[in-house]
Amino acid sequence: MTENQIMLITGTRKGIGKYLVEYYVEKGFEVIGCSRNVIDFELKHYQHFCLDVADEVKVREMFAEIRRQYGKLDVLINNAGIASMNHVLLTPLSTIKKILNTNVVGTFLFCREAAKLMQKKHFGRIVNFATVATPLKLEGEAIYAASKASVVSLTEVLARELADMKITVNAVGPTPIKTDLIRSVPQEKMDALLNRQAIHRFGEFKDISNVIDFLIRPESDFVTGQVIYLGGV
Amino acid sequence: MSDSNKLTQAIFDAIDEINEQIPKEQQRLTKSVDTVLFGESGKLDSLGLVNLIVATEQKLEELFEISITLADEKAMSQKNSPFRTVGTLTEYISKLMEEKIQ
Repeated sequence: MTENQIMLITGTRKGIGKYLVEYYVEKGFEVIGCSRNVIDFELKHYQHFCLDVADEVKVREMFAEIRRQYGKLDVLINNAGIASMNHVLLTPLSTIKKILNTNVVGTFLFCREAAKLMQKKHFGRIVNFATVATPLKLEGEAIYAASKASVVSLTEVLARELADMKITVNAVGPTPIKTDLIRSVPQEKMDALLNRQAIHRFGEFKDISNVIDFLIRPESDFVTGQVIYLGGV
Repeated sequence: MSDSNKLTQAIFDAIDEINEQIPKEQQRLTKSVDTVLFGESGKLDSLGLVNLIVATEQKLEELFEISITLADEKAMSQKNSPFRTVGTLTEYISKLMEEKIQ
């Protein structure tokens, strides 16, 4: 079944994105990925594009190339995201724009272009990335949480707009995982955060791929517009 | 093939694609400049029109290697919708392509 499945993952240079590339190539998918900077790995059945997810011209060019090469797209995983931890009084406008561009504009553009390709085959699975920072209303993460709240809204509305095209749109909301995104957060803050989860531990990459596996399987065609938060948040 | 013939061909190709998706018992779109697409006596519902616009954009990309957004604020704010008939759509795209090339 997965032999000829084409999957696109954004933000694949490192962290969760890179893990997902390796995981789904291993599972037999043809994986396409992108990141702003060049990557330091090569993998059979993996093709990489260098672009900014909010650059509409480049994004459209990449999708045109996918259409030429593969003629379809089965799964989109909108993983690319940036965070900034700062008090609201100390958050510069440039940071706000950067976060909104990558997290909201990027997610929107990829959903739009992917759906154009998916609707031809009357099949598609889109998985966006939310965060527990939104429901937990984490202090110091105002703009990050707000940007991901937008992703939740996008997910819910697109699920309805794309349902007739047999495309499902869902989101996974990870807890903190030990990646670059939380490198600068003090330990006591991290512990306090983990204590607000039902299950008090860091998330792991496999927790995320487990939810994605469920959302993208053919049998999940009746599951759309949902956000699955990890850790019992 | 001249550019205007190529443009008509792109729209007809898109119509072919949309017709494949329309159930047999429903009326299919004819490939003529007079074909009414949307609105009163139009053959497409709103989702059908969305699909036709997307298919046309993709055919233009294939035939002209040009990336055009057909349904933007400009298109929506026109007094007479460019999506009314195949003819009005052709005219509108031709205008957009000229602007893009300049």
